[in-house]
Amino acid sequence: MSTTATSETPAPVKNKLSPRRRAQRIRWIQYAVLVLVVLALILTVDWKAVHTSFFNAEDIKLTFTSGLGTAVKNTLLYTVGAFVIGLILGTILALMRLSSVGPYRWIATAWIEFFRGLPALLVLLVFGTLSIPFPGLVIPFDPYGTVWLGLGIVASAYMAETIRAGIQAVSKGQVEAARSLGMTAGAATRKVVLPQALRVVIPPLTNELILLIKDSSLVFILGISAGGFELTKYGRDLGNQTASLTPLTVAGLCYLFITLPLSLLVRRMEARQKKER
Amino acid sequence: MTSTPTRTEAPIVEVTDLHKSFGSNHVLQGLNTTIQQGEVVCVIGPSGSGKSTFLRCINLLEEPTSGSIKVGGEEVTDPDCDIDAIRRNMGMVFQQFNLFPHLSVLENCTVAQTTVLKRSKEEARAKARENLEKVGLSEKADAYPAQLSGGQQQRVAIARALSMDPQLMLFDEPTSALDPELVGDVLSVMRRLASEGMTMFVVTHEMAFAREVADRVIFLDGGYIVEEGDPHQVIGAPREERTKTFLQRVLDPTHVDPGAEDAAYSKRHEGDATSDNVVKPLDTHGHYGGGAGIG
Repeated sequence: MSTTATSETPAPVKNKLSPRRRAQRIRWIQYAVLVLVVLALILTVDWKAVHTSFFNAEDIKLTFTSGLGTAVKNTLLYTVGAFVIGLILGTILALMRLSSVGPYRWIATAWIEFFRGLPALLVLLVFGTLSIPFPGLVIPFDPYGTVWLGLGIVASAYMAETIRAGIQAVSKGQVEAARSLGMTAGAATRKVVLPQALRVVIPPLTNELILLIKDSSLVFILGISAGGFELTKYGRDLGNQTASLTPLTVAGLCYLFITLPLSLLVRRMEARQKKER
Repeated sequence: MTSTPTRTEAPIVEVTDLHKSFGSNHVLQGLNTTIQQGEVVCVIGPSGSGKSTFLRCINLLEEPTSGSIKVGGEEVTDPDCDIDAIRRNMGMVFQQFNLFPHLSVLENCTVAQTTVLKRSKEEARAKARENLEKVGLSEKADAYPAQLSGGQQQRVAIARALSMDPQLMLFDEPTSALDPELVGDVLSVMRRLASEGMTMFVVTHEMAFAREVADRVIFLDGGYIVEEGDPHQVIGAPREERTKTFLQRVLDPTHVDPGAEDAAYSKRHEGDATSDNVVKPLDTHGHYGGGAGIG
């Protein structure tokens, strides 16, 4: 920008917009673009085809009546089981990461890095086929046990890091106060550190639960009989039968029905924690 | 604690040649002292002199580098010593209160009783209420620490420590984190405790309290015990030059030493006195041996 002659030549008022006028004009352009795109969509999309394949009334009915309830139940069962295993393992791993015994720290770190670096799909696949190289091996509660272990172990790696951060967020003075009252290191951890750490960690762990709900869809690669179908597998199979996308749409809405309230809950808890601080 | 036959003669705490270093920072350089049953000992001194470290060594929150600390005749630094058992008999009050924020005031006072002393819930609650009454906060039993003022939190912390029926109470600058108008309540609780015969070891900046309540005052500077004795003597008529300089600054912050530019500068920055000394190579009066940053 030239600054040499500004004081002498009068500002070209008519050609140049003031910053606020310009911002106003840009805002109008943004609205116009939006309206145009929406109009284009409305005019070009074959709404009839969308309706018949995604929201086919007959198929919706069929989806609801051929065992949607079981699929929802299975999705929740897979998720909750994996979450519990992940939480238990994750807490142990977090404590190991903070241990004063070197090898415990190394093992926990290796575990965490290993399973965070692998796709959950691959881990699940390995657990699903373990009985081929080890015919004697029986995972209890099959197929649930397999899924719980596979997804739970992957989740434990992520949860361990979250829980570790939560434990470290508890100030050193808390442990000192507990110890100075004569508590053992273990009692101080159980009565003072973990309850406070868990409170910090609940919102991120709920996010982990949401991720797990979605990851439970990976179960479809395991050759599971119809009784063990979860939402995605159920929707996909029914979709193949009916040659329609409607069952998958219904399954998708079921996921949202579970995950959206949880997301809302997380946001509420985070807001409350921010206020308390 | 179970009484020992030599109770009246043997000191509760016996510190011999206590050294503590943080890396190359030699914070405590050979301290010797004893605390008798029923005695109130106040430790005063500039920030960074090692007062808090000294106190924290007694219940092993800091591990001494060398030297001996005997509590009730037992060597604390001995790896075979049951430190939890010793801490049970020794209450500690922190500068930052360190109440458990997830527990109510009453639960703060009962949690260690039930887990450590295996007292029943009713017994623990009764004991907690008794001590909350003593610190004047029985009506706050169901409140949570975050709902209390700093002074109230510190009184709860005292009640929490007392609920373990300790033989000795350690206070680590209990009023330093408080708003000035809240200091009085905490001090009056401590004063009452002293008058009831509690053995107390207090690190403090409250000179008036030390003079009034202490049986003995220790002036610590640069990791050494510079002066020790009757509070009226140590605070009222100190013998050592370093004690005089320190007390002058604390008791009369507006006083200016004639010709002592450095001291005047430090006085204006009383709060961050140690950092001043890091920047300025002073020591014209020989105060502040070092140990900056420990308090």
